[in-house]
Amino acid sequence: MSHDHSITPESMPNEPEKATQEGKNKFIGFWFFLGGETVLFASLFGTYIALRNSTADGPTADELFGLELVFIMTILLLTSSLTSVYAMYHMKNNNFKKMQLWLGITAILGLSFLGSEIYEFTHYITGYDFTFRSSAFGSAFYTLVGFHGGHVTFGMAWLIGLMIRNAKRGLNLYNAPKFYVFSLYWHFIDVIWVFIFTVVYLMGKVG
Amino acid sequence: MSTVAAQNRGFGAVLWDYLTTVDHKKIAHLYLFGGGFFFLLGGLEAMAIRIQLIQPENDFVSAGFYNELLTMHGTTMIFLAAMPLILGLMNAVVPLQIGARDVAFPFLNSLGFWLFMFGGLLLNCSWFLGGAPDAGWTGYVPLSVTSPGHGVDFYVVGLQIAGAGTLIGGINFLATIVTMRAPGMTYMRMPLFAWTTFITSVLILFAFPALTVGLFLLMFDRMFGSAFFDVGLGGNAIIWQHLFWIFGHPEVYILILPLFGVFSEVIATFSKKRLFGYTAMVFATMLIAFLGFMVWAHHMFTVGLGPVANSIFAIATMAIAVPTGIKIFNWLATMWGGQITINSAMLWALGFIPTFTIGGMTGVMVASVVADYQYHDTYFVVAHFHYVIVGGTVFGIFAGLHYWWPKMFGRILNEAMGKLTFWTFFIGFHLTFFIQHFLGLMGMPRRYWVYLENQGLDLGNQISTVGAFFMAVGVIVFLINIVYTAVKGEKVVDDPWDGRTLEWVTASPPAHYNFKQTPLIRGLDALWIEKTEGKGRPTPAEPLGDIHMPNSSFLPFMMSFGLFIAGFGFIYQVNHNWAYILLFGGMAIMLGCMLIRSLKDDHGYHIPKDELESEAD
Amino acid sequence: MADNSNSNDNDVNSFQKQKNKEEMQKQLITFALMILFTIIAFVVVATGVMDGMFVIPVILILAIVQVAFQLYYFMHMKDAGHGMPAVMMYGGVWAAVLALAALGVITWW
Repeated sequence: MSHDHSITPESMPNEPEKATQEGKNKFIGFWFFLGGETVLFASLFGTYIALRNSTADGPTADELFGLELVFIMTILLLTSSLTSVYAMYHMKNNNFKKMQLWLGITAILGLSFLGSEIYEFTHYITGYDFTFRSSAFGSAFYTLVGFHGGHVTFGMAWLIGLMIRNAKRGLNLYNAPKFYVFSLYWHFIDVIWVFIFTVVYLMGKVG
Repeated sequence: MSTVAAQNRGFGAVLWDYLTTVDHKKIAHLYLFGGGFFFLLGGLEAMAIRIQLIQPENDFVSAGFYNELLTMHGTTMIFLAAMPLILGLMNAVVPLQIGARDVAFPFLNSLGFWLFMFGGLLLNCSWFLGGAPDAGWTGYVPLSVTSPGHGVDFYVVGLQIAGAGTLIGGINFLATIVTMRAPGMTYMRMPLFAWTTFITSVLILFAFPALTVGLFLLMFDRMFGSAFFDVGLGGNAIIWQHLFWIFGHPEVYILILPLFGVFSEVIATFSKKRLFGYTAMVFATMLIAFLGFMVWAHHMFTVGLGPVANSIFAIATMAIAVPTGIKIFNWLATMWGGQITINSAMLWALGFIPTFTIGGMTGVMVASVVADYQYHDTYFVVAHFHYVIVGGTVFGIFAGLHYWWPKMFGRILNEAMGKLTFWTFFIGFHLTFFIQHFLGLMGMPRRYWVYLENQGLDLGNQISTVGAFFMAVGVIVFLINIVYTAVKGEKVVDDPWDGRTLEWVTASPPAHYNFKQTPLIRGLDALWIEKTEGKGRPTPAEPLGDIHMPNSSFLPFMMSFGLFIAGFGFIYQVNHNWAYILLFGGMAIMLGCMLIRSLKDDHGYHIPKDELESEAD
Repeated sequence: MADNSNSNDNDVNSFQKQKNKEEMQKQLITFALMILFTIIAFVVVATGVMDGMFVIPVILILAIVQVAFQLYYFMHMKDAGHGMPAVMMYGGVWAAVLALAALGVITWW
């Protein structure tokens, strides 16, 4: 029974992320975690839907939101989802350098998204005096979008940590599941964003 | 790793071993210890409640303190006693039952325990820091938002930390059961306790996030000035009720389903028969879990949701009686014609069936909307949920402890004391709670600290309090039994009950790697098949080889400790600036530990083959 | 541990490589569709060409289709060995629908 995790060209499995027992566990366990996250975000969405018109004479969704920035943020995040797919494609082909390259692009896109979100929030606060405390709508908006933003922030720290930690030693069966699980997380963040731009911004504009 | 060697080590070494362990069997000990400690605490609170109510207009405790007692009794018993004790049984048994050497995430398993423990400690620190939470275990807003002092803050933060631990534990068991089953152990060959653990973990996974969100909203409202529940700024109090019960009702099934598994094991073993209707039992469990998610609004009948919503939820609730009834009949049919041994474990199972059935029956009564307007917030409801939670969960935990004690600790609990525990507790339980149905029907509201005399409530309350003392005696006898067994008990054989499932093939207590060679499973009741058709032991599925084991780690303890510190920071930053030191310091400890865990490779270690060969079988 | 950073493309057998490539092409098409759906959703709202009653169901359906693409193509839920993940995701979606129904509908019913 060999417990050597390194990959040689001959031993490269089709699915390096699930080649070890630990990898299989991580894969399954993380999917289950995402199932739980679905409920977490659904509860936040539900709260937002219940409170989205409770503006307490403050600014309404229609007055606040501008679609241009949201569209740019959406494209940034969607593209970063594709780049992480590219990264996984190169992982399966055992091409570590290209994987790191695509992950790097993912990180840049993710950070740009975060920057835009911070700009957006400061714009609301300074321009409209619309804060976490100004109305139930404000609380619900910042909590829902902020939870998503928090997930993006955590994902960025995770990704950059992974890339730096493994930069020198390349791909092996020990870290392949870690990269794969990150990519799942990143896609899931995109899934949540699709509903945020639809439910919060677009539906906010429609009224 | 034998017990003798453990006794020869110093206390410090043993303590360090438990603080750093990632072995599911030791984590089970920790859960039993932690859960047991909080069970005694919750029991003391219950006794104080009953003493206060022994006579009309009693002044044993003040009104405010009574509110704290009833809040902490409910919160402690559900989150800090019942759930950890259940997780303890799961940790002790499930990996053995499915033929696994370990759980899927040993590190996370340990983290789950320490999060629960520190969450529970944080919650109970409130007693010494200006008063415990006093808004009821359901923490309904606006009462919980406006409750003065820091009591409810401790409720919010403590439950948040403990809840995270439970969620981690649930995911761990899901992954373990999906990926770690021994060769031949198909899903439909798993013992029923493994099945109910699996389904319970699914419920944990989908129910706890709703609580997490609810607690966050409450936390933001109380500590950071948001307006979710502030009607003046457009907030809505019903949101809390929905979120709480979307979590809260599945939680009821999280509390009971694992014990259904325990009873299925105990009844089959001591009837010397295969469980009647195994497949029906599995699907009934799934059905209960499924329906259990769709009935949360029956806790909110009197809120005014409207007749359509109320009717839908009433019918869905009554439908749960069907799969539960299937289970009751299957247990009875398992015993029918069996060779029944009545010992302490079996007594708890036998006591459970009528008790739980009464609880189920009153459940259907309160599910009827029109009648519920009468029952709501009276002692009838108190009686109902104690019949299901004590009659189901607590009886089940006792049954499981008596049944698996020899496997966990290598010693059998004293039978005479075991029976005494059962009878005092059983009689005491019915004395305490049966009469409360009638107190409720006579209109005694729950959560009131006094009642007036000459309203027909005096005698009933007196009887109820006397019953509570019987239950206390039962618990004390059980504690004496534990000490007596630890000191005087004889070493037990591997398979004292002539068991049917795989855990009884391992040593008592099992080696830390559980199985020297992974067993090959040939059917349901894996061990029983080998006893009747084979060599009495399962055939190994693999040649003897090196065994891969995870390394111990102190990080889970430190991470949870960091959150514990940060919890105080969150609570006190409202009115003290120094609290930010705690907040950021605690978070730094936790994130630092997470970083260490991420950056440091942990490949575990191997037990070499020759070492295994030299060890006695 | 030896240095394993194989940037040599001939490591993986050619059959598997071909398969990965075809998979990648499918994912590119998926991505193009997702961008298209996003643009449609934004255009519909920004220009106001549709009646308010219709817009919300349309953009919700677009979002759901997009998310299905993410899950099935980007996250590989369509592939073998994803039975349990699919079960848990659908379980999560079911609980999510209940939570949304509770807070979005019942609160005001």
